[in-house]
Amino acid sequence: MQYLGVELIKPKAAFFDFSCCEGCQLQIANNENKLLDFISLVEVVNFREILTERNNDYDIAFIEGSITRKDEIDRLKKIREKAKILVAFGTCASFGGINKLKNKFKDIEWVKKEVYGNCPIETNDKVMAVNEVVKVDFYIYGCPVNKSEVEAIVQSIALGREFRYLKHPVCFRCKEKQNICLYEMGKICMGPLTRAGCGARCPSNGNSCIGCRGPAEEPNIEFMKTIMIKNGFTERQIRDKFELFSAFKE
Amino acid sequence: MHNEKDYLTRVEGHGTIDIKVRNGRIKKAEWQVIETPRFFEAMMVDKHFDDVSLIVSRICGICSIAHSTASIRATENAFDVKISGKTELFRRILMNAETLQSHILHLYFLALPDFLGEGSIFPIITKNKNAAEIALRLKKIANDMCDVIGGRNTHPMTMVVGGFTKFPSKESLLILQKDLLNSVPDLIETSKIFMSLKIPDFERETEFVSLKGENNYPWIGGQLMSSDGVLKPESEYKKMTNEFMSDWSTSKLAKLSRDSFAVGSLARINNNFNLLHPKAKEICENFKLKAICYNPFMNNIAQLVECFHAVYETLELFEKVLNMDLSPEDIKIKPKKGKGVGAVEAPRGILYHCNEYNEEGRIVHCDFIIPTGQNHANIREDLNKLVKDYSKKGYSDSEIELLCQMLVRSYDPCISCSVH
Ligand code: SF4
Ligand code: SF4
Ligand code: SF4
Repeated sequence: MQYLGVELIKPKAAFFDFSCCEGCQLQIANNENKLLDFISLVEVVNFREILTERNNDYDIAFIEGSITRKDEIDRLKKIREKAKILVAFGTCASFGGINKLKNKFKDIEWVKKEVYGNCPIETNDKVMAVNEVVKVDFYIYGCPVNKSEVEAIVQSIALGREFRYLKHPVCFRCKEKQNICLYEMGKICMGPLTRAGCGARCPSNGNSCIGCRGPAEEPNIEFMKTIMIKNGFTERQIRDKFELFSAFKE
Repeated sequence: MHNEKDYLTRVEGHGTIDIKVRNGRIKKAEWQVIETPRFFEAMMVDKHFDDVSLIVSRICGICSIAHSTASIRATENAFDVKISGKTELFRRILMNAETLQSHILHLYFLALPDFLGEGSIFPIITKNKNAAEIALRLKKIANDMCDVIGGRNTHPMTMVVGGFTKFPSKESLLILQKDLLNSVPDLIETSKIFMSLKIPDFERETEFVSLKGENNYPWIGGQLMSSDGVLKPESEYKKMTNEFMSDWSTSKLAKLSRDSFAVGSLARINNNFNLLHPKAKEICENFKLKAICYNPFMNNIAQLVECFHAVYETLELFEKVLNMDLSPEDIKIKPKKGKGVGAVEAPRGILYHCNEYNEEGRIVHCDFIIPTGQNHANIREDLNKLVKDYSKKGYSDSEIELLCQMLVRSYDPCISCSVH
């Protein structure tokens, strides 16, 4: 079996989604040019978005989404028992992601009432990232994940090679692309703190990096906050950006 | 309580069909939603308008453009923001592109395996590489348009309150235009594939709800209408949905003039047939799809018709934007206290966002009504009748079960969305 000219073993891969938008799985279906190649790289045995048949024999489990309910905890633990390698797939799985915004509310009963009125609804008090429940072997960051990075990571897993995450921040790439810095236009940006690997996608499209890939290696958060304040942003505005994906420790 | 085996595959999100037929009589026919709720409405409280559309886009990966557009429109209506003609055109292109992407995904990856009796697209890839390649090419052009104009095919970031942070270059638009033109033969091939399939014979009279187009096929904003003659302004969306909870679903349900109504491609076409592009009308003719059509399985064909519409309308829109100055616009937004509604036609049907803000432009209260949630009650009624009709015809329990699954999938339900 060859993939892009490389001899490969063919691991069985299964995708599981928990609480999320399923946009990360979609990136795989959206990788039109390489989808057929990807399918030959791993044997996809469980991909709920496009498969009816189920097969519970797998080597790699891709976990998409965050964990929000008791039955999800049990389900995740069972998958961990079976999988040789467990991958947190996307920012929801890696950090909790957007869903974790729910955790900022102290009163879960108010949250339920705000959405469902007086109807009883089951949910855990806290939204959790995958590694708050089970051990994670690999992380693929991004909301959504970056298609080409997924490929590179899956390839290293299949080949048993180490994958080197980019350590530098989004800024690095943004400057390479010679974008006008958003701070010069009076906008806030998380690029200086966020892990690169997305091609500085948002600033290159004229909008702020909102930190969807989580922190770069050793981000200097306090220093950056003082710079943000110097640029005229309030504590509240800064918190807006930091709390968005629950990926930065404040 | 929620077992892995219970998950209904090939629909977005977690749903199960629970059907029991004994001795030709229906015991139980339920289409349930067991997705974990994520409480988006609550999460939004206190959020700044800059971030609002970026957050709600994460309600659903497949229709993130529709969510962003509805949200931005709601905010613009709350702040009385006027947008430029150019912004309007690019938003329409994006809505067409997302519809094309979503419909192709559904038609090839989800519906086609059903009709061919396969478990997934994968055996089709092996047996009919041509069909798979057509699907991927069509999806790619749709996603490329979202990438180039929205900044990313999922969770667009160029769309903001007041306009776009960046318009695409003419060069990139010309490439898209060429690719889109070249995709027409693939679409025609798609319609041939679907022509060869047998659509199950089934009808149930119901009400159809959608936006009402004025001069164009409706994608963004305007009046709300139903096939039973209800007509309301966008701001009165609650009178169209009358949401209620039921013990069989964690998702809210909706009704209007009857016990249930349908939204989606078939509803849009039933309500706006005359506004379809002439090329799309030709496809209706080929499939004998006439307004009003009461066969929910025909929603698949309605999606195919809309793919034609999306491609041809987008080609016309490209002509227009290519003649415009595409330098960025200066966007200045002054927030104010108040409430605004944005209604759009997402691929799966009408979607409402209502954003209420304080003076600082932070959310006080939010309300989102999602297409699939509106369809749930209708799907349930359909299932009831389908089981009855087909047991009378002498079909076995397992055959009926398969038909029921196909029926649910014909609605292209999106569960992440409906339990947000
Ligand atoms: S990380 Fe983002 S794109 Fe991926 S599932 Fe979560 S919300 Fe969706
Ligand atoms: S726009 Fe953001 S990512 Fe780019 S240089 Fe400025 S701070 Fe860094
Ligand atoms: S620029 Fe920032 S927010 Fe945008 S994709 Fe990259 S990491 Fe995510």
